[in-house]
Amino acid sequence: MTNPATRDIAPKSLPTIFECSVPGRKGHSLPPLPADADALVTEAIPKRFLRREPAALPEVGELDVVRHYTRLSSRTMCVDTNFYPLGSCTMKYNPKVNETVAGLEGFAGAHPEESEESLQGILKIYHDVSQALSRLTGLAGCSLQPAAGAHGEFTALLVAKAWFDDRGETGRCEVIIPDTAHGTNPASALRCGLRAVEIKSDARGRIDLGQLKSKLGPSTACVMITNPNTLGLFEDQMHEAAALIHEAGALVYLDGANFNAIVGRVRPADFGADLMHINVHKTFSIPHGGGGPGAGPICVRDFLAPYLPSPWVVFKDGRYMLERDCPKSIGKVRSFFGNVNNIVRTAAYLRQLGAGGLREVSGHAVLNANYLLSLLAGTYDVPYGIRCMHEFVINATRQKNLGVKAMDIAKKLLDYGFHPPTTYFPLIVPEALMIEPTETESKETLEAFAAAMLEIARLAETDAARVTAAPETTPVTRMDELAAARQPVLAWPKA
Amino acid sequence: MPSPSDVRFVKSHEWARREGGLVVVGISAYAVEQLNKEIVYVEPPQKGRTLKAGDVLGVVEAVKAASDIYAPVSGRVAESNEALAQNPSLVAEDPYGAGWIAKIEPSDPSEWENLLSPEDYDSFTASEEPH
Repeated sequence: MTNPATRDIAPKSLPTIFECSVPGRKGHSLPPLPADADALVTEAIPKRFLRREPAALPEVGELDVVRHYTRLSSRTMCVDTNFYPLGSCTMKYNPKVNETVAGLEGFAGAHPEESEESLQGILKIYHDVSQALSRLTGLAGCSLQPAAGAHGEFTALLVAKAWFDDRGETGRCEVIIPDTAHGTNPASALRCGLRAVEIKSDARGRIDLGQLKSKLGPSTACVMITNPNTLGLFEDQMHEAAALIHEAGALVYLDGANFNAIVGRVRPADFGADLMHINVHKTFSIPHGGGGPGAGPICVRDFLAPYLPSPWVVFKDGRYMLERDCPKSIGKVRSFFGNVNNIVRTAAYLRQLGAGGLREVSGHAVLNANYLLSLLAGTYDVPYGIRCMHEFVINATRQKNLGVKAMDIAKKLLDYGFHPPTTYFPLIVPEALMIEPTETESKETLEAFAAAMLEIARLAETDAARVTAAPETTPVTRMDELAAARQPVLAWPKA
Repeated sequence: MPSPSDVRFVKSHEWARREGGLVVVGISAYAVEQLNKEIVYVEPPQKGRTLKAGDVLGVVEAVKAASDIYAPVSGRVAESNEALAQNPSLVAEDPYGAGWIAKIEPSDPSEWENLLSPEDYDSFTASEEPH
């Protein structure tokens, strides 16, 4: 008998909300239109902006809508339902207390046009979070304005550029980036009008100092370094690299995407970072935006602080206020204060854990990754050794030679109830599977995931077709990704 | 499968074939295999562009990743494969034939001698494959 608690309550295939539509069915009751409604509309809206035919909206009752979306959501794999070891993305659990705090009327109901007097609470949170991030990074200046990690990269590079321009060093137009970097690094450089110069990693998966030296010069503005890097390795020659970069008159940019591996233990300023962004969804547990509102604070050394986005919060004469007299600032990069609710969530997380708690967070993130790595290392090839920071990368070429690609392993994991890890990144590892368990997972969950991975490796050797056909148990089975990319159907009704 | 005998290669996985006075360029079957054969978009170079050997000639985008295509020889782009705009899968289906990417009018014919023979390329890709 199927356990009613685990039975799929929805049929295998769901109709779209449009297919549920019945002409005339409604889920609302609006007051009747006034007699002169048409005239009022044409008066208010120029004719060229008026719709010629009614919008093709689904006509459904409230219960239809509730059931449809509840069923859809029950099929979504998310960190609240399943282990989600998406390397580099850090799908850590978002404590619910963050939501409670962010939902408090004083925060959620505030309006950015209110007076500074009535926004003292939010301004204090901004002031406190800025100071906390400065303490954790060792970098004195902080801006909470950027709306996402990549936006933070872009903003920080603009700050660096403004500083160089101010010093008359306008020839610094290059940004050096290792080949393990996130794709956002070269993209941010390009958007700032700078040129990305790639350097190859050494055989140990770290920055090759010889390569770095050969590319550094009078046109280098910044070197963007991710530490720990995307192979899950600590850049153990960071001091030497930073010394070379500073000697060339350039700045050390730290991509803070992996700050969650070192937070509370290492201050990036101490290993030479001059400026960095922080992905608060990775390190400080706000939800992943999915394209929605995020936050990507930046921290910079004191000499770069005057160039940060304006306005910034200051504490003067016993009250918090916005400093708008910022003559060297690059200006605004986001309307009002950025995404306030995410800064409030960050504040809640910081206050819950404190410095000691954050130290435990990074410690457990690294411990969990190393435990999982130790369970998988004999069966899967791990090109950079059996010790890692918060994540590690498998090379599934051994399985590929048996007819099972990294993508097949990823899809098969869905049949065991696990979200797949990141595939085919970083680009320098063939058949890459990049696994990041995060600090909140239990020993039992890690062991269950490892058992599934070992079972898939065994299947690759004995019955590869069972893996290449996966997933078999999900509501939607193997997708044709090529067709999805080449002939996407993006609108309803279908043409 | 051994690479065809009438082309030469560079280590970044492009091939080159002499045809009349031009050099036809594409990406190797090995490169296609590395991209899981799922090629969704190809950006060939603009006709008339002048390139140095090693310059970025175009981009090939697969489901898995996007990669730059590098010019194996220097010269002017005499022709680019317009059929790829409609059908980028040609690169996966027939990498050494209908999936060609550009034809270059070489500015330095001696560069041809720097390219890898099919045998050398095949042993290079065999050594690149991790064990």
